[in-house]
Amino acid sequence: MVEIKNTLNNDVYTISVIGEVDASSSIHLDESLSEATSKYKKIMVNCEQLEYISSAGLGVFMSYINDLEEKGIKLVIYGLSKKVHHVFQILGLDQLLKITEDEEGARGIIDGI
Amino acid sequence: MPSQKSILRLISFFAGFVWLAMLGSSYLYRFGLLHYATSDTYLFASKSLLLLFIVTIYFFYRFNIGRQESLNIIDLLWNVFVTGLIATVVSLASTLLLTVLKDQEHGRNPYFLDTLYQINVGLIITFLIATFMVWKRFILYQKSKWLVRTWNTFEYGLLGSAILFFIDFKIFTGIGLVISGLLAVLGIILSANLKWVAYLNYKQKWKSILLIILIALYIGYFYTILSNYGQDHGYTPIYSVLDVITVNELYFFAMIYSIFSVLVILFNLPTSSVFEQKLIEVINFQKLSQSRNSGQSEGQIFDILLESSVSVAVANAAWLDIMDAEGVCTKTLFFKLDERAKNDILKSIETKKKRGIQSQVPGRGSKENRFTAEVKHDIHKSIFIVPLFIQDQQIASMALLKDVKDGFSKEMIEIIRTFINQASISIENYRLMVEAIVNERYKEELKIAKRVQDSLIPKMLHTNEDLEISAFSKAAAEVGGDYFDTYKMADQRLALIVGDVSGKGTSAAFHMSQMKGVFQSLVQMNLSAREFIIKANNALSGSLDRTSFITATYINIDSKKKRIEFSRAGHCPSLYYSAKEKKVRYLEDNGLGLGILRDSQFNDFVDVNEIEYSSGDILFLYTDGITEAKNSKNEEFGYDRLKLFLEKHVFYSAEYIKDEVLKTLHEFCECSNLGDDVTALIVKVK
Repeated sequence: MVEIKNTLNNDVYTISVIGEVDASSSIHLDESLSEATSKYKKIMVNCEQLEYISSAGLGVFMSYINDLEEKGIKLVIYGLSKKVHHVFQILGLDQLLKITEDEEGARGIIDGI
Repeated sequence: MPSQKSILRLISFFAGFVWLAMLGSSYLYRFGLLHYATSDTYLFASKSLLLLFIVTIYFFYRFNIGRQESLNIIDLLWNVFVTGLIATVVSLASTLLLTVLKDQEHGRNPYFLDTLYQINVGLIITFLIATFMVWKRFILYQKSKWLVRTWNTFEYGLLGSAILFFIDFKIFTGIGLVISGLLAVLGIILSANLKWVAYLNYKQKWKSILLIILIALYIGYFYTILSNYGQDHGYTPIYSVLDVITVNELYFFAMIYSIFSVLVILFNLPTSSVFEQKLIEVINFQKLSQSRNSGQSEGQIFDILLESSVSVAVANAAWLDIMDAEGVCTKTLFFKLDERAKNDILKSIETKKKRGIQSQVPGRGSKENRFTAEVKHDIHKSIFIVPLFIQDQQIASMALLKDVKDGFSKEMIEIIRTFINQASISIENYRLMVEAIVNERYKEELKIAKRVQDSLIPKMLHTNEDLEISAFSKAAAEVGGDYFDTYKMADQRLALIVGDVSGKGTSAAFHMSQMKGVFQSLVQMNLSAREFIIKANNALSGSLDRTSFITATYINIDSKKKRIEFSRAGHCPSLYYSAKEKKVRYLEDNGLGLGILRDSQFNDFVDVNEIEYSSGDILFLYTDGITEAKNSKNEEFGYDRLKLFLEKHVFYSAEYIKDEVLKTLHEFCECSNLGDDVTALIVKVK
């Protein structure tokens, strides 16, 4: 099961993904990302407490890659555990999505350093 | 055991023979009477034969009527009626003959008169016994021990009393009088058993009355015939059959029972409609409860309900609104009514005179929607509306109309309520059954899907002289998203692929079959690994849904050049054992899953690598079901264990490694179901 928390700090929208994202719970991640990308230009995805992500969950991230580019949205994923990061890597998503180690790095990218 | 038919034939033949003997002995007696003195021997013989005849006919009907399994009252009465008719016709003919020949020599011939008399006696006795046996069936229609005992006493008494025939006093004296009196009383007591009358419907009752009256007329007619026989001709029969107490009693009993029957049927006529109504109720209720078992459709159950309720309430018109899950009326069944009349009636319900009927089941149907009321309408004067519920959800509403005020008695309402309950149960059962069938069908469909998918996984792997190849694929559910395939191109070249579709189950299975199509088409174009991956991405981009992608590793093996060319499209990195270096390593090149970028940008991410292989090298392709398999401590099998596994097995054949990897995985998980689709393809260079 997954728990998703959304917070808005100034103009930065943060989605915190907690728990496991599998085929059924990936729908919640999709809903949350869909809302975020339709309203905000600066999005951070906090994955510090993301324990596991299935291919269906990766598919959700993947499906927004084009949107981000077209709408000029800055989306940064941070706090991936080693294992989850490896999953992103294998699929090649690390080449397409901005991924940083921690929140500070993410903020740096969002603020356009 | 001879058949009933042959027994009957034998008995009737015997009866005919006895009758002839009886006639013969009466001739002899008559001869003696005319020419010598009285010869008692022949009289005795003739009397004995008469009794034998009676007994024979009794057994004939005992076999004929007594043995019939089912009791068809009208048929039995009809049989008696026809027997009586034949006897009457013959008897009338003989009377006519006598009248015609009265003044002639033949007409006074005593032998001729004896013959006619015996013919009459034979027929009348046959008719009387037929009637007797049918009445017996009627009386014993619903047996009790006491009744059977009484009847047997009566029957044996009748037979026994025949003996008195030989003793020379008249029946109305002494013992004869007492015995016949007793038998008559028994006969009257038994005649009170008329339960069969209740089982006749109105029409059958009228028929029975008619037939029994005619039978009674025959009985009366025959009595007069026998008692006055030959008086006009100065003829005296050698004995009177009426001297036999049995015959007398038969007359009496047959007549009494006929009279009783007619009277009881007559008195039953006015109430027979009520009885029939009750019977209809029972049958309707049975129909409704049977419909539950035989799985009739909802429509049929509603039809039966409406029909049954109308007939029970004797309603003039009715309708039944069938509602969907939202409580909106979707269909209305009408009985002698149409939509417009229904609306008129609904408007004209006099709300003041609405009387709600409290439901016995709390929460089901408030007073508001279950009520009787008066209606201001030309034809219909009262209405009864009742809803149908399945688990607090209203599924229908029935309205019954009558052309009198206060047409619905409390009893009727109760009966209709039981009908409604029964119908609700039937419909609920039907719905549950439909649901079960649908589920069953889905299961079947999944089985079919599994069969189809199994056929997509190659049974035979292409190989060549250089290589041994082994593979397996196991879906976690019925269908899965893992895929592998091989293809042999010209010039000792071999193409291999292992793929994994994102997600699980049916959707993954569909994409997997697309992947198979893409592979089988592209591989024939003799492409390089890079070209293959780009074209595959192109082909799949159009057909994969938004969040789906496929990871794959594509391999070209050229056995002439001893080279392996491979490209990894986001798939988990393959393991490679180099025999020269004696080392196992992951082939971790860059690459992007198919369908992640659906335009030419993708091309920039395609990475191709080549390896020169030598004897003993092993290429181990797999899907993430292996590395992500978990044990009870929630630990993944992982890349390290997999690498270690291969290091331990480098000297074994591809086939053995394949078997071992499955075994190792199951040992690690301590279970038979790995929870994910698992695939491995092992290539070993000979």
